[in-house]
Amino acid sequence: MKENTPLLQVQDLKVYFYTEEKEELRAVDGVSFYLKEGETIALVGESGCGKSVTSLAILRLIDSDGKIQGGKIILRGRDLLSLSEKEMREIRGRDISMIFQEPSSALNPVYTVGDQIMEAIILHQKLPRPQARKAAEEALRLVGIPEARKRLDEYPHELSGGMKQRAMIAMALSCHPKVLIADEPTTSLDVTIQAQILELIAELQHRLNMGVILITHDLGVVAGMAERVVIMYAGKVVEEGSRWDIFHHSFHPYTWGLLHSIPRLDIKQEKLAIIPGAVPDPLNFPSGCRFRNRCPLADELCLTEPQWREIESQHYVYCHHYSQVEVLKTRGFER
Amino acid sequence: MNRETRRILRRLLSNTSAILGFVLLIFFVVVAIFAPLFAPPPPNKDPYIMPIVTWSSNPLPPSPEHPFGVAGKRDIFYGVVWGTRTAFRVGIIVTLISTALGLLVGAVAGYFGKLWDEVLMRITDIFMAIPFLVAAMVLTTILGAGLDKVMIAMTAFSWMYPARLIRGNILQIKEEQFVLAAKALGVSDFSIILRHVLPNTIFPVLIQASMRMGSLVITAAALSFLGVGAPQGYADWGALLNYARNWMLGGQGEALKYWYMTVFPGAAMVLFVLAWNLVGDTLRDAFDPRLRL
Repeated sequence: MKENTPLLQVQDLKVYFYTEEKEELRAVDGVSFYLKEGETIALVGESGCGKSVTSLAILRLIDSDGKIQGGKIILRGRDLLSLSEKEMREIRGRDISMIFQEPSSALNPVYTVGDQIMEAIILHQKLPRPQARKAAEEALRLVGIPEARKRLDEYPHELSGGMKQRAMIAMALSCHPKVLIADEPTTSLDVTIQAQILELIAELQHRLNMGVILITHDLGVVAGMAERVVIMYAGKVVEEGSRWDIFHHSFHPYTWGLLHSIPRLDIKQEKLAIIPGAVPDPLNFPSGCRFRNRCPLADELCLTEPQWREIESQHYVYCHHYSQVEVLKTRGFER
Repeated sequence: MNRETRRILRRLLSNTSAILGFVLLIFFVVVAIFAPLFAPPPPNKDPYIMPIVTWSSNPLPPSPEHPFGVAGKRDIFYGVVWGTRTAFRVGIIVTLISTALGLLVGAVAGYFGKLWDEVLMRITDIFMAIPFLVAAMVLTTILGAGLDKVMIAMTAFSWMYPARLIRGNILQIKEEQFVLAAKALGVSDFSIILRHVLPNTIFPVLIQASMRMGSLVITAAALSFLGVGAPQGYADWGALLNYARNWMLGGQGEALKYWYMTVFPGAAMVLFVLAWNLVGDTLRDAFDPRLRL
């Protein structure tokens, strides 16, 4: 049974980076969302919108140029930002795990797959080596790697891309974390392997009752996996809602643009709605609504900050003109 | 690790230059270990001082009694054999200390960055800007003659190379995703340096060290040749060449008359350097996991 209190809550998270000239770069600026036990949410946005930084901030792994400047990250009632580095290390891998985009560079080439999986097991479960080895073998079996015992002694270069990603997942899940952050887990894989890996993640989530935060720009993946969707743009959440809400009646012009920039086979399209321009320079975000310089609906009102409104139950949007988004259907993204 | 060992051995044995390198190195090791058998020292004397075998200061060509000839009143064969021990001693001690020192400086600079990096690397630059041979000569002159002084001087001016190499490698490896992945699994900074960063950066350093082993022996010989190295009569290849200084141009219309004075110690040096270079290459091919295909 799913509980009502969220497993993980990110509240008003702010992550700023500082350039050598001491300029402030607001990569993540007031992001909030939550994740319930056993639920999958998708964090969607263009490159550079702050979705990866958000996920690293949850694990407190922002490098030394950046700083978490505000907000709360609450995991089962504990604010992770108030923990010491040592306590945080215990959270990583045990309660929250992460899998990465490039399985080939996320495994250390000098150790066998088994050694790397065992590292986390020995660290968090304090098992002696023979038991840890058994647990590692079990983890490999869990992710559907055939001949798991043999694979333990193989080096990463001996595995295919899909197998490496499975091994990465085995490593991340070896201590049965409650939250799994998957940062574009399938971007670098073949399409056929992508489907297998996504299926695997979905199946394991079910079995281990994990919350999964899926970070992606691939709306196809979102449609197949996520129960709720959080759309990010330029360091802010611009829309949040159930998968159905987002795909069928999105209210933010950016979400609308994202959805209509995908070629579709099922309806006749004259041309794709391409969102003009690019994500603004984070050193120089527009005041008010950050999407206004690319938005066909923008006017003077957009020079002021929009409100975070709940327009339907559990469907939030951050836009002054959400009610006019229907206009885009006829007008498209031409300004 | 049985499979691993077999794989490495197979790789070593399939490579001719690797075999040549190891054979040469083993040959030198055997000569060094069994030096008292090959060239018995006179009783109750320091075996590292080449005994005086004749009172004439003219060199003598090879003969059954002195197979490599005589130079500076001393037996060249004796000097070449016992000089092997000197070569190993100088090479190994200087390489070990300078590599350890360089690893420490480079790892601190690379991993902690910022001010540490700035200060340590500028010091490294200063040391690198001074010509090695001149610096070593000046330092030896200040410290006084003697093999230990030569070693100190050489260590003081050779730690910068491993330091720079390891720093550069650490800067690169530090950004690798597996470092981030390890952090995301809760591994501490210290374990990350020790388990994830160093094993990926250490190989170039070890290879460079084994290559430097050879070149250090040449430098030591150069210092001895210039007369600032080993003391008078010390069994050292460079010192033997020093005796040849006045006879190198030959004499009495024969340019190659005193060939044996330079060829034997010179050949020992060339082969010694070659052995270490081949072994260095082989080690890289066999152990560097990044070259595995």
